[in-house]
Amino acid sequence: MIGLNEYLILSGILFSIGLVGVLRRKNLLMLFFATEIMLNSANIAFAAISGHYGDLSGQMFAFFIIAVAASEVAVGLGLLIVLYKKQGTLDLDNLAVMKG
Amino acid sequence: MEQIAFYIFSVLTIGLFLVTVLSSNVLYAMTSLAAGMVIISGLFFLVGADFLGVVQLVVYVGAIMALYSFGMMFFDATKDIKEKNTNSYLVFALGGMIAVMFVVIFSAPVIGENIQATYFVTGATNPQAVGLILFTKYLIPFEVAAIMLLVAMIAGIILAGKKMDDSLTTRDENHEEDTTFGLKDEK
Amino acid sequence: MENLLYIALFAPLVGSLFAALFGMTPKNLITGFVTSGLLFISWLASVLLLIHVLSHGTVSANMMEWIGAGDLTIDFGFAVDAITAVMMVVVTTVSTVVHIYSIGYMDHDKGFNRFFSYLSAFVFSMMILVMSDNFAGLFIGWEGVGVCSWLLIGFWYHKADVGTDVNPSISPSWAANEAFIMNRIADLGMLVGIFLIYWNVGSLNYNVFFDAIPSLDNGLLTSIGIALFIGAMGKSAQFPLHTWLADAMEGPTPVSALIHAATMVTAGVYLVIRANPLYDAIPNVAIFIAYLGTFVAIFAASMALVNRDLKRIIAYSTLSQLGYMFAAAGLGAYWVALFHLAAHAFFKALLFLGAGNVMHAMHDELDIFKMGGLKKVMGGTYLYMGLASLALAGIFPLAGFFSKDTILEVAINEDTYIIWFTLWVTAGLTAFYSFRQVFLTFSGNERYKEIGAHPHEMPTFVLVAMAPLAILAVIFGFFMEPFNEFVTTILPSYEMSHETHHIAWFFIIITTLIALSGIFYAYKKYASGLIRDKELESSFVYRLLTNQYYIPALYNNVIAKPYKEISDMLWNKVDMKIVDTTVDGIAHFFFNNGDRTRRMQSGNLSHYLNWMGFGAVALMLFAVIASMIG
Repeated sequence: MIGLNEYLILSGILFSIGLVGVLRRKNLLMLFFATEIMLNSANIAFAAISGHYGDLSGQMFAFFIIAVAASEVAVGLGLLIVLYKKQGTLDLDNLAVMKG
Repeated sequence: MEQIAFYIFSVLTIGLFLVTVLSSNVLYAMTSLAAGMVIISGLFFLVGADFLGVVQLVVYVGAIMALYSFGMMFFDATKDIKEKNTNSYLVFALGGMIAVMFVVIFSAPVIGENIQATYFVTGATNPQAVGLILFTKYLIPFEVAAIMLLVAMIAGIILAGKKMDDSLTTRDENHEEDTTFGLKDEK
Repeated sequence: MENLLYIALFAPLVGSLFAALFGMTPKNLITGFVTSGLLFISWLASVLLLIHVLSHGTVSANMMEWIGAGDLTIDFGFAVDAITAVMMVVVTTVSTVVHIYSIGYMDHDKGFNRFFSYLSAFVFSMMILVMSDNFAGLFIGWEGVGVCSWLLIGFWYHKADVGTDVNPSISPSWAANEAFIMNRIADLGMLVGIFLIYWNVGSLNYNVFFDAIPSLDNGLLTSIGIALFIGAMGKSAQFPLHTWLADAMEGPTPVSALIHAATMVTAGVYLVIRANPLYDAIPNVAIFIAYLGTFVAIFAASMALVNRDLKRIIAYSTLSQLGYMFAAAGLGAYWVALFHLAAHAFFKALLFLGAGNVMHAMHDELDIFKMGGLKKVMGGTYLYMGLASLALAGIFPLAGFFSKDTILEVAINEDTYIIWFTLWVTAGLTAFYSFRQVFLTFSGNERYKEIGAHPHEMPTFVLVAMAPLAILAVIFGFFMEPFNEFVTTILPSYEMSHETHHIAWFFIIITTLIALSGIFYAYKKYASGLIRDKELESSFVYRLLTNQYYIPALYNNVIAKPYKEISDMLWNKVDMKIVDTTVDGIAHFFFNNGDRTRRMQSGNLSHYLNWMGFGAVALMLFAVIASMIG
């Protein structure tokens, strides 16, 4: 029998994978991929809990997270385009304008 | 039956996402991401969130990954990006710790059996239940999300639009639309 | 009547503040006139008060309450009784004359306005000192005269150390500091005395304290008496706190006349006279005061015998006469001490002002070996200084005769023959050195021509201003009996026993004889001119006396130098190394920390994300632990 804990462990693993990706990636586009992974892991957790208790709030929240992720991708890609036109590369280390 | 499905799906997801994170080829990363999304949709079906699973497929795999593909086309994807050799161990350690943290924090209420369901819908299939809840209890977030999507769309258009390279005020090169109050002959 | 009191007290203050307005501007005669005029008003008020007190007794006024803290109440209260009235008249008389004199003397000085401001401020402080009716007011006046004396001695503060063969090289600033610091050391003793009084009696008022004396323990009274006398020792330059008086001659001559002859140095005597119930109760301390005074008298006279500096001779004679006053006060004859104080004020101030005339004529030359024969050019000054010296020597019928002889009589009356003998010998020495100075300055060959000086007499108004002092020096002695009756309404009366009355004429004769012999010896030696004796001048006794018994050198090497060493060490080792290092260390710590944390802002997104992850982990850990504990 699959209990809730397994789903939560899966969600945790996926989240950490996403986090590792975010921390390691130097190409901005690949960074966004890793962010998507993190969002999805949260969705899995929500859906699992919601299904386990029969409460629909979790699925609603997952629904909204998907909506937010979509708009985030739109705006983010737009910004990336502008950045690429300006810099010619998508390297993260070139972006250190705010160096203190 | 359910167990087998769950394990297969979870192994697949983890493997695919590892490829996404560790690969240095953009195409591979993106493809594995899309595949992972599909498998996650399968997981949703497994849990009983039918509507959510379909939405995941349509929105995530269909729309968002398509968007990423167009983005990949735009940027030079054949170049291999060199990763800087930061302290990988530190990063992996951080990631591992966060995972452990999450599990502990999220399963604590579960183990302690402290959760009570609030919106319990009986009978009805999942889409019907979703529809009932979404348009009554969660109406306002729904509308706000709609507005947010609208805003994102506009933002995307503005940011990526062609004519947006030069600023609006210098578009008329002959200064035809300048307003000089009165003395027009002075140049 | 209270108005007279306030007028006498505050007129000098108004003058001082008025002159202070002109402090930074060039010399303006109006400051001299206004301050002298206000001081004359103060003198008038004092005389009127004296007349009033003669017939009606004490006048008291309570201006306002100063400190009211719990049990401690100190008022700005003033009481003019016989003692105070006498002191007020003496102070205002000498001060008025000195102010008018200074208008002529400080004629060419750039700090003319500042001088009168300081001078009037000094008179104000002295008035507070003598008019106050409690020890706190006395102390305020005490400190005030100390400060004004510092300001006035160091008046020419920009003058550097000038080494002459007459006196060791001293700058006015150094002399001022020495005077102030020595006074400060003595003030510590005085403060201890005042604290003891308050602690045991609960009030600082004179009358309250004097009424409480019979009920206080003898050991306590002795401590209070000693402590207060230490304060008096500093102000009146008794041994061993005497070195500042001779060095204070670096100040302008009117300052020496006012402060170091007539007023500030007599503050110590005033204190002892005022606290006479206390010293009557502790005869041991009183006798010690008398012996100390006698010692100082002969000690100072011996140093004046060989000195070449015009003003220092007069300073040592002041010191000597102060010893006389303390001797009289210590033996219980307080009214005699007060009488000698008043008489001495007049003729000593006259002597100093005459010396000022000579200095002005000789362009600030002080060495009497370089003067001589000045009586041809400065007849008036010769007359004044001669009169004053006769009074100082105690020749009938001048003032000094009456007061000094009475002191000697007191010594016989008390059967303290050592004191009598010492004071008798000192009288002879006094006569000798004062006339040595007069003859060397005014008679004999004109040695000043060798240094190219062109002396001339002072303007007439100055000589006229000095006249009241001369007149008082002559006639004051005849007021002794009325003075006695007046003052002993407050002070205990002191009557000579019958035996003393019978043999008094004998002692008067031998005292006069030794004084006259001193004068004749001086005349024989110096009137015809200066003959220097190399052998005498290199003898041990002579050198001992010229170097002031090497006491200033002793103080410098034993006290001043080690203290400076300690200060330097504390500055370098403790302050710079320890304190500064600590404070700087804290500052550097914060600065370096900030510098290091600045590098966190690298502008690199990946870096920031790392930190974000790290922070998230830390917070979650914290939450888990907190929930587990709580």
